[in-house]
Amino acid sequence: MARMKFLCDADRCIECNACVTACKNEHEVPWGINRRRVVTLNDGKPGERSVSMACMHCTDAPCAAVCPVNCFYTTADGVVLHSKDICIGCGYCFYACPFGAPQYPRVGNFGSRGKMDKCTYCSGGPEPDLSTAEYEKYGSNRLAEGKLPLCAEMCSTKALLAGDGEMIAEIYKQRVLKRGYGSGAWGWKTAYRETVAI
Amino acid sequence: MQRVATLLGALLVMAALWPASGLDMSARAQSPIQADGQNPMGARPTADSVNEEFLFKQSPKITGRISIPDGKAANLIQPQGRQYQMFREGWLPWIGALVILGMLAALAAFFLYRGRILTDHSQESGKKILRFNAFERFTHWMTAVCFIILSLSGLNYIFGKRLLMPLIGPDAFGALAQWAKYSHVYLAWPFMLGVIFMVVVWVRDNIPNRIDWEWIKAGGGFIGSKHPHAGRFNAGQKGVFWMVAGFGAAMGATGLMMLFPFAVFDVNGMQVMQVIHSLIGVVFIAGILAHIYIGTLGMKGAYDAMGSGKVDLAWARTHHDLWVEQEQARTASGPQVASHPAPAE
Ligand code: HEM
Ligand code: SF4
Ligand code: SF4
Repeated sequence: MARMKFLCDADRCIECNACVTACKNEHEVPWGINRRRVVTLNDGKPGERSVSMACMHCTDAPCAAVCPVNCFYTTADGVVLHSKDICIGCGYCFYACPFGAPQYPRVGNFGSRGKMDKCTYCSGGPEPDLSTAEYEKYGSNRLAEGKLPLCAEMCSTKALLAGDGEMIAEIYKQRVLKRGYGSGAWGWKTAYRETVAI
Repeated sequence: MQRVATLLGALLVMAALWPASGLDMSARAQSPIQADGQNPMGARPTADSVNEEFLFKQSPKITGRISIPDGKAANLIQPQGRQYQMFREGWLPWIGALVILGMLAALAAFFLYRGRILTDHSQESGKKILRFNAFERFTHWMTAVCFIILSLSGLNYIFGKRLLMPLIGPDAFGALAQWAKYSHVYLAWPFMLGVIFMVVVWVRDNIPNRIDWEWIKAGGGFIGSKHPHAGRFNAGQKGVFWMVAGFGAAMGATGLMMLFPFAVFDVNGMQVMQVIHSLIGVVFIAGILAHIYIGTLGMKGAYDAMGSGKVDLAWARTHHDLWVEQEQARTASGPQVASHPAPAE
């Protein structure tokens, strides 16, 4: 079985935000919710880099651990998914998530945040694969169709890599060796408790 | 006139900038970026990029610039989430269980050792004295009912998925947790109001004084049979009062921060609020368990004070002798009988 991961090669990312847009369109994500975003570090200074970030589908996922209603589950591919039917919108997963991935349709006030929404690695939720119910709650299920997440698939510079962790780590490693530098696999240490050894 | 001044100003600024920009351009023309990607400043624009290690040395979380309105999204990595996970899943359930079960065990042991505290019969037995008026009782019970539901729904956040969910299944538990959450966030308001009322009506009688010290030294009458003097509230009750006032304020403050998330704090601040709320929450629950014990099972006659509001005069004389004297002196007509109106407090 594959262990799905994301890796953003910040030396390639040009902050075009196409991944963000593609995700919103693919899953018809409501206004105000960003399953993926691009963060620019050292903006305007030498060494500036941009990193496209969404849910990293962590190992021993903090969100899943702290959820008071245990609504998360990890698929055989290592993808961290959750059930909106069980979620009570308490917001704890946002506090626990190192990457700010969980999103809420309403902004707080009286704890009425609504059901949490986050990147599904384009693989839906607990409903039957490719059902309407699944699409309405979680967006499309590309994994069930044998496709990888759209954000990475359509990334014009191939900065954003999605796929089996070992394979994308190997691709990244080759790149770094070839070009002679690399700013590292952002977030891997926190998400997977490992980095890509070059 | 003003326009002329503006124009002059603009011209001046342009004049000042002109040579500078010219210089800049000539400098660039003279030393173009070298073929190996090395520029004259010594920085390699491609290879010398920021990296995680470097940024984590500068600050505990990595934050950048974002082009969407949600400011929280500018945080790229906050490893503190892992620590929060550690606290909430590794420590909190154990701390909570230890504190609450520990208190229950201590109360059970005390009950076995001391039994129910009774009042000796005297010729004043059977007569009644008003201890808490209607407003005081209303305040107490409004706060108490809210507290019990807040406690149960609060504990559900920690223990529900461990104890209840395996029993009733995820769907039923999800529905229950949703209602528990609503009850927690809505009953928080009357609870906070109740705490404020309590402080207003009772703070006067709860200022610590020398009598309290004597009461504590005498073991509060719990140990041994001698009854130390006490005013309207003894040192133990004053302790409960100040615990409710202090913890109530802390729960309210941290709870409000969670009700309006990110209004004041960033994500790390929210984690701290949650940690404080849950830790004080479990200690508060344990403290109130002791209060409930002594007000009901632990001492005969105590419950009436908050039930009907009137207590047996013999009980009052035993436990709050100074208060009884004060009340009797004030009303001059002796103990209050049932039909009398509440004294103007
Ligand atoms: C005084 C009695 C109270 C107790 C015993 C209590 C207890 C708790 C506990 C144990 C939790 C769960 C913490 C965790 O899982 O880590 C919690 C969560 C929470 N409490 Fe309280 N609490 C009390 C009062 C309040 C008050 C007065 C407020 C609001 C002003 C409040 C607002 C919240 C909020 C917003 C949460 C987060 C959960 C959510 O939003 O769904 N609580 N409480
Ligand atoms: S990135 Fe955040 S939401 Fe995704 S698995 Fe990790 S902790 Fe959960
Ligand atoms: S918001 Fe929903 S998914 Fe997140 S921790 Fe709370 S109940 Fe679980």
